[in-house]
Amino acid sequence: MAATIYDSEITKSDKYSILLPTYNERENLPIIIWLIMKYLDNSGYDFEVIIIDDGSPDGTLDVAKQLQNIYGSSKILLRPREKKLGLGTAYVHGMKHATGNFIIIMDSDLSHHPKFIPQFIELQQEQDYDLVSGTRYKDGGGVYGWDFKRKLISRGANFITQLLLRPGASDLTGSFRLYKKDVLQKLIDSCVSKGYVFQMEMIIRARQFEFTIGEVPITFVDRVYGESKLGGSEIVQFAKALLYLFATT
Amino acid sequence: MTKLLEWVSVLSAMFAVWYSLIGGYVKHPLIEKNINLILISPLIFIALFGLYAVTVVLYRVFTFNNCEEAAKELQNEIAEARKDLLDKGLKF
Ligand SMILES: Nc1nc2c(ncn2[C@@H]2O[C@H](COP(=O)(O)OP(=O)(O)OP(=O)(O)O)[C@@H](O)[C@H]2O)c(=O)[nH]1
Ligand SMILES: [Mg+2]
Repeated sequence: MAATIYDSEITKSDKYSILLPTYNERENLPIIIWLIMKYLDNSGYDFEVIIIDDGSPDGTLDVAKQLQNIYGSSKILLRPREKKLGLGTAYVHGMKHATGNFIIIMDSDLSHHPKFIPQFIELQQEQDYDLVSGTRYKDGGGVYGWDFKRKLISRGANFITQLLLRPGASDLTGSFRLYKKDVLQKLIDSCVSKGYVFQMEMIIRARQFEFTIGEVPITFVDRVYGESKLGGSEIVQFAKALLYLFATT
Repeated sequence: MTKLLEWVSVLSAMFAVWYSLIGGYVKHPLIEKNINLILISPLIFIALFGLYAVTVVLYRVFTFNNCEEAAKELQNEIAEARKDLLDKGLKF
């Protein structure tokens, strides 16, 4: 995207808003916050963490409040919602309250490690990328805790998607990414799918708008606490989204 | 142009070439000699591509990096974090 004349002045006051959607992440939330502080507090980057909890019955919000007391309400912002309204709208909701000019999206289940955030930021700055995506599929990246079947599904789906859509990014369903705020806004506005395939549509739309995409290899450690929900319905959802994007973009 | 249209146009161009060869629209002794091979060439092409796809996917499955190190590091950091947060007064 064309750079505006203000870009060079704004970089001095870059701010990163980290959106953390949570649903039943009582165990994970304190750890992820602690890790974010560990890797960002001394980095000199200006940042805030926005926790969007959807009325988790396990009391995630209560833990979030304690964390806010510990780390301060300028670093930790709580923007809860009454009930579970889904991941896509959680991002929209969080972004409305974000004061940064960059948005970082990540899962709060510890599968996305905050140690990669400084790498995302550095890469973005080097090339002025519109978005930087974490990737499990490139050298240096990888997964932990996946059996043969899950790897096969993942690699197979990725192969077919690369073949049909040529997206210009290697990890389409991952959701550990850094966006320029206006870029994310535009992508969200143009996306129609719901659920987890939303991540895939976002990156395909990014290609459509000719946004520039950088990639950082990440190690993805499957959630330690809580349950995973990967099932047959996800595969069907994925296939539908793939065909839809194949025919329309 | 959508990806679907791109595929349709490339595939129909290939089909047109193939059809003109088997339909006898282009005459050449080489074509007549190899007509059987040309007839089944789409099948050969699909089979080879299938083989390529299976090989690539399986290769990537078996070389998919297992992040043992990262998992261990995370376990240590979780322990450290819990301790530090307890000290800071967090009730888990
Ligand atoms: N606010 C909000 N957060 C959600 C909702 N659904 C999921 N999340 C959070 O979004 C992130 C990703 O969800 P996950 O359940 O980990 O989904 P996944 O990574 O595709 O699947 P697994 O990790 O295998 O379970 C986590 O941080 C969840 O807590 C929701 O409806 N509302
Ligand atoms: Mg997860």
